[in-house]
Amino acid sequence: MAILDGHKKIETNATLLLVLSFLVVTIGGIVEIAPLFYLDNTIEEVDGMRPYSPLELQGREIYIREGCYVCHSQMIRPMRDEVERYGHYSLAAESMYDHPFQWGSKRTGPDLARVGGRYSDSWHYDHLVDPQSVVPESVMPSYGYLANRELEPDHIGDLMATHRFVGVPYSDEMIEMAAHDFNAQAADPFGFHDYDQDAVAERYPGAQLRDFDGNPEVTEMDALIAYLQMLGTLVDFSTFTPEEAVISR
Amino acid sequence: MSDDKHPEEQILQEGDPNTTGHVWDGIKEFDNPMPRWWLWTFYGCIVWAVIYTVLYPAWPLVNGATAGLLGYSTRAEVAEEIATFDAVNDPLRVQLESTELADVSSDAELHNFAVQGGGAIFRTWCAQCHGSGAAGAVGYPNLLDDDWLWGGTLDDIHYTISHGIRNEEDLNAHYSQMTAFDEILSDEEIDAVVAYVRNISGQEADATLASTGETVYLDNCASCHLDDGTGDRFIGAPNLTDAIWLYGGDEAALEQTVRYARFGVMPSWQNRLSESEIRSVAIYVHSLGGGE
Repeated sequence: MAILDGHKKIETNATLLLVLSFLVVTIGGIVEIAPLFYLDNTIEEVDGMRPYSPLELQGREIYIREGCYVCHSQMIRPMRDEVERYGHYSLAAESMYDHPFQWGSKRTGPDLARVGGRYSDSWHYDHLVDPQSVVPESVMPSYGYLANRELEPDHIGDLMATHRFVGVPYSDEMIEMAAHDFNAQAADPFGFHDYDQDAVAERYPGAQLRDFDGNPEVTEMDALIAYLQMLGTLVDFSTFTPEEAVISR
Repeated sequence: MSDDKHPEEQILQEGDPNTTGHVWDGIKEFDNPMPRWWLWTFYGCIVWAVIYTVLYPAWPLVNGATAGLLGYSTRAEVAEEIATFDAVNDPLRVQLESTELADVSSDAELHNFAVQGGGAIFRTWCAQCHGSGAAGAVGYPNLLDDDWLWGGTLDDIHYTISHGIRNEEDLNAHYSQMTAFDEILSDEEIDAVVAYVRNISGQEADATLASTGETVYLDNCASCHLDDGTGDRFIGAPNLTDAIWLYGGDEAALEQTVRYARFGVMPSWQNRLSESEIRSVAIYVHSLGGGE
């Protein structure tokens, strides 16, 4: 067993041990990770997913900045109790434009993967300003100051370019029109300004265009509520058949 | 490194196991056998791992992963579990969907099914706004009392839950919009009409101001809230005389309402809940005390 006798060399040579250990771990890593990049069912194709609109993307940044993910997950697991409480279990495709994703394994508050449309805008406003005013038993802190912080879309195009850099398919047109789309989504509910709202709806199908916080200025509150109201609403489940679920048992 | 003449070697005695041949700074290691229980557990784990990867989805190949002989999938399991409970509930559910809402209470089992199920649905989907006990909050109606904005019969409640109020997603949602009087009425007129509304709802108000307010009220508000202030459910105009307030009945809240109006939104539930679930929750809400 000459090959087994050779381990003395490895055991007495720390650098060699380190290199070979890395090699073994790398093989394990490749076997586990590499297939995710070429297997079709890693991210199923679904109808309706699109990159975030500029306002939604800004809202997502605020969501992350405020640490909402510390208490709220965005991943409905395929279990009956979760499906009955939150709706259809989450699909990988629903996080495909998330950098970083907002899954999670710990919930202090409820899962938010499908919170969009579940409550009215003013509920979100009331709830973010004073959570206990609508849910007395809640332990969530107040985020009322978001309503006082106005937003200018100066850097939203850069932010989208950064997301494009990591793989989100924003087109040149989307990035060029970012500031316009940002304002058009929330600042002009009645069409008083010259924003082309149809173009926004075309670039971001299913985007909700309205004043989210009852204040004509675009605030961080608008952005966050716009983001929350679109969560989980994009995928068209009428055309979705989960391939794994049809396997007979 | 190894030194055959190292004194440590002398410690070896008759009957000692062989050494492994490894030497660290002259220290050698006995080649003791593994404890049997440990070794067999180790081999057992290897065998188990092989069996497991054959039975369950495991190895990634070129076009997909091996499905496993058992055909297990998390999604199939959840679908099956939901189907199991659906099958148990189906007879009552079909009955609930085919029975006139008003007749459900005459069948004790069906009524119990609807109220219990409706309560669970209410606490999952409705409690965030209307409160876990249905007592509501400022801006979100109390469902325990007999004051209804859009009607309190079973059919009214069922319609409101199905389509919601003033939302953008459902064309059949209840819709109405109060005028914001901020730029229509003068400050004095607004003060006066607030006093009048406080007066007809049995609260303390300046009598002179209230009598001026009556004219303002009749000219501007009575078309929806009616001459006597009892409101119009057809357009969701609240009764102003019953001292039940959605947004508050103090002067500041009333002034806010008159100046900027209110626009309460309720989502449409027909795409989130099944017909039998909507019927259950309608019956539950109706049973809370205020149902008509």
